[in-house]
Amino acid sequence: MADTTFGPGADQRLTLADTRESYLAMTRRKRMYGGILLVLFIALMASGWSVSEERNAGGFVNGVPQLFDFPAEVFSEAWRDRANLPGIFWEHVPALIETVNIAAVATLLGALMAMSLSLLATRGLARWPRLVGLFRRTMDGLRAVPEIVIALVLIYVLGGGPVPAVIAIALHTGGALGKLFSEVAENADLKPVEGLASVGANWSQRMWLGVIPQVAPNWLSYALLRFEINVRASAILGFVGEGGIGHDLKLAMQWGQGRYDNVVAIFALLFITIVIIDQVSDHYRNKLVKGT
Amino acid sequence: MLEVRSVTRMFGQKAAVDNASFTVDGPAFVGIIGRSGAGKSTFLRMMNRLIEATSGEILVDGVNVLAYKGAAARAWQSQCAMIFQQFNLVPRMDVASNVLHGILNRRGTLQTMFNLWPKDDILKAIDILERLGIAEQAPKRAEALSGGQQQRVAIARAVMQDPKIILADEPIASLDPMNAQIVMETLKKINVEDGRMVIANLHTLDTARRYCDRVIGMRDGKIVFDGTPEQLSTGVARDIYGADESFNEAATSTSIPTDKSADRTFAAQMLA
Repeated sequence: MADTTFGPGADQRLTLADTRESYLAMTRRKRMYGGILLVLFIALMASGWSVSEERNAGGFVNGVPQLFDFPAEVFSEAWRDRANLPGIFWEHVPALIETVNIAAVATLLGALMAMSLSLLATRGLARWPRLVGLFRRTMDGLRAVPEIVIALVLIYVLGGGPVPAVIAIALHTGGALGKLFSEVAENADLKPVEGLASVGANWSQRMWLGVIPQVAPNWLSYALLRFEINVRASAILGFVGEGGIGHDLKLAMQWGQGRYDNVVAIFALLFITIVIIDQVSDHYRNKLVKGT
Repeated sequence: MLEVRSVTRMFGQKAAVDNASFTVDGPAFVGIIGRSGAGKSTFLRMMNRLIEATSGEILVDGVNVLAYKGAAARAWQSQCAMIFQQFNLVPRMDVASNVLHGILNRRGTLQTMFNLWPKDDILKAIDILERLGIAEQAPKRAEALSGGQQQRVAIARAVMQDPKIILADEPIASLDPMNAQIVMETLKKINVEDGRMVIANLHTLDTARRYCDRVIGMRDGKIVFDGTPEQLSTGVARDIYGADESFNEAATSTSIPTDKSADRTFAAQMLA
């Protein structure tokens, strides 16, 4: 260390040597951490595999061939009765419309809730920065309760029908979309917001003009993805007495009634619905991004 | 060494670069000037194969680099480094890793994913940073550096490529005068000491006069001037920029003025 005092030249060389050594040490440390993580990951995967293999009643490997027995039965039966399929399609369309309606209303309500919650819960944008935590926990709570539980409670209070389903799905959607919306808003460019603040705009004006136009394409695509998920959720809620296509599916799925053609028709309808939503969302998202 | 033969690039009906031809022998410092939209960036991007030329040839040591495809084109890109106006570093990676990106063409995807670099290359990267005076920044994230330092990291990445030619697309356009001077002097140093050809798009005439061995002027995609910095008179500059008598290059100069006469005149005006 005494060398360092002998002029700037010696100082310079030592600094370079230091830089080299410390950077190489950093590289080694990072590699070691990476290696340890990789080993841990492989060990966890391997042990998880053996635990689940032990706990399974039949064993995974032996079970694999049987995996396809049920679908095979469903499809062979549906193929045998394929002449009935067009009629069955029409029979289920009213129920499908009910299911899609539940999902659409729930998505709309949930997305509106998510918009305000997310902006209030985004660091750097929040109206009340100290309450960011509160709004975040609210969204966590909304996500934590399964929608089927909310629906069952509401059926008990309000009776069966579409309204409990809408409320249950909307609450969950508000929490789930709020988190995603807030993460998008976090990455928004703050320069326009600063510009609007400089002319004396209030918080809602800054959000409406400075943030929403930037995040709208991403928010829309998340909301439409959530709509697809909600169509499926609304179908599942039909199983517990909310009506719609889920109810039909439950009746048709029961083993050994010879109604598997109904099952195939219902799945096909759901699939077509999702495809249509996907196409429509793609179209409108492109329009929004390109601004025409 | 470099021969450009009637290179053209069309965007729709409009020619961004229109039948450009010139030859450069040896490792010169070439400046390309012209106003925005004159085709300067398009030309450099074609040379680096970031965009395809519509027609024409660029011969480097007798081989047409515009004809390379796939892996050969990527190998050419590794020999023809590019420096951008906005630095184009990976902001969340450390400075030394950004410099090491210069050798990506010889590295596999898996090695890259796990950020594994040979020790010799790491030391070489740090030596290059030392040469550019920013070695102590090596472990910092690139985004934490100032603009001038980031541009020097970008130059270090270019030097790491060990290229024949360095292309610089408005390298100092987003820097303050002090950093602009450091970056230009660094480029000149690499040009003179390493004997690498530098082709730089510049938008200030004084920079072109001060650092270039040769100046090419472009207007509406065509080459309208090709000569030494001494030949670049104010009249010629007016032609290149399509400007009239009111054109005054001192008004847009970004270099630090050597004398204060302008200030004195201004002060006199204000006091009058």
